Amino acid sequence: MLKRERVVLASLAGLALVATAAFLGLNLRGDLAFALELRGVRLLALVLVAVAVAASTVTFQTVTANRILTPAIMGLDALYAFGQTALVFGLGAYGFASLDPRLKFAGESTLMLVMALALFLPLLRARMDVTLMLLSGVVLGVLFRSLSALLIRLVDPTAFAAIQGASFASFNAVRSDLLAIAGVVTILAVAAIWRARHALDVLALGADPATGLGLDWRRSAVGLLALTALLVAVSTALVGPVVFLGLFVVAVAERLVDTRRHAVLLPAAALVGVVILVGGQALLQHGLGGEGALGIVVEFLGGVVFLALLISEARR
Amino acid sequence: MIRIENVSLTRGGARILDDVSLTLPKGGLTALIGPNGAGKSSLLSLIARLQPLQTGRISVDGLPVDGTPGRALAKTLAVLRQDPGVASRLRVRELVGFGRFPHSRGRLTPEDEAVVAATLDQFDLTPLEERFVETLSGGQRQRALIAMTVAQATDYLLLDEPLNNLDMRYARDLMRRLRALADAGRTIVAVLHDVNQAAAYADRIVALRDGRQVAMGAPAEIMTPEILDAVFGYRMRVVDLEGRPMALHHL
Repeated sequence: MLKRERVVLASLAGLALVATAAFLGLNLRGDLAFALELRGVRLLALVLVAVAVAASTVTFQTVTANRILTPAIMGLDALYAFGQTALVFGLGAYGFASLDPRLKFAGESTLMLVMALALFLPLLRARMDVTLMLLSGVVLGVLFRSLSALLIRLVDPTAFAAIQGASFASFNAVRSDLLAIAGVVTILAVAAIWRARHALDVLALGADPATGLGLDWRRSAVGLLALTALLVAVSTALVGPVVFLGLFVVAVAERLVDTRRHAVLLPAAALVGVVILVGGQALLQHGLGGEGALGIVVEFLGGVVFLALLISEARR
Repeated sequence: MIRIENVSLTRGGARILDDVSLTLPKGGLTALIGPNGAGKSSLLSLIARLQPLQTGRISVDGLPVDGTPGRALAKTLAVLRQDPGVASRLRVRELVGFGRFPHSRGRLTPEDEAVVAATLDQFDLTPLEERFVETLSGGQRQRALIAMTVAQATDYLLLDEPLNNLDMRYARDLMRRLRALADAGRTIVAVLHDVNQAAAYADRIVALRDGRQVAMGAPAEIMTPEILDAVFGYRMRVVDLEGRPMALHHL
């Protein structure tokens, strides 16, 4: 690891610690134990989301060989939301509400895994260029959102309320009932990606060179896409869809460490994610009193980064 | 030894390779020549298991290419296709280091580092080792990619148009280096466009046309107006220049 990379990683880790301390400590009032517990649970959720989004975006970008697309831009989280709606539609509001949330999460993730693989493997195999991938991502996103909208129109009001409740998670209203299972899934998936970090470096060279260097490209791509889908399921279940967070986090991390080597980029992206989510939430909620704005701020900044990347890529 | 038995390949209804059977002995430099669309690159990528085999069998050093684990094959055979658009933010040293992946799975040992340093030096890349690959010129990138393939340290080396983008000096350098590697015992198969490069450096030439093998032999046997006409479809003069056959293909 180069000196610069070590310095950047250490400073990011420091910043992440400061953000955590600020999130837990700023404007602490009333019953300390209760407030800390509440904040601790939310902190855990934010950290999980940051790590899941960072790892899934880096992996997805490497497997699809581009730096503009992310799982969210390709409509993966819309797919997850569609799975949720379809579940309510199929089971009814009562059946949905009486299901164990962990069981629901498992069911939705599996549904999404299967559909993501069925959709993206043919796209990957066709080795389309970024423009076509982007276009198909936008179309797929619209498709799933429209299908959800259609189902929502077909259900009765109580089921509608159930769908709203399930799909309106946000940075302020994290689904703490899913924390344990989300934590386990995230740790396992991220560990698997970390173990594959050197293989990811080689995969980034493309299918032919990776095969020449002894990787089974197809098997690796399927496995990594499945891990990506799981991580997207985690973050979408916890805080709902965030389209540009992953792109933003990875673009910033890549500029900071100035390498695409996954042993450096993966931790850097995760730390940037923690700094932005935890630090941003601490600042907005406890510092500026602007609760609920973090999602908007992140999406705005991420959208700007997305446009900048598109334009600079088009110039090359 | 590379053994190719009854290999055919059809893509989108078009026949790319038509019942090719070929045995290349271990050691030496083999040049694959032929006009555009003759199936040279397809044959090379089938040998390197970059494409699935449709019919027939191919084995390299006794290992069937469609049944051998990828890593075992990657220690026996290295391949470089035409410009595989390299990922960004990658330094030359890192790229060449990837050649060691089959041996160390990405954790470079001091021994790997030594091989990488030696290969960088061999290919004149040491001054460029900290540069990002995307900032290199086409020829420099080509050299870096070839260096990565050589750093894989395999007995067999398959190169698809390795002279692409190289100026005369580096083209000559590369052919000499390939010659030296072949003399040191490696088996090299290269798709070459320039028959004169093939004639000057290869031990044997395999000529393909329309997916079939038209001729195979030592350069002196292949470099005749009749055979070159059968391969490329036009008559060219072949002169004897200081004991070497040379085709005046551009006249």
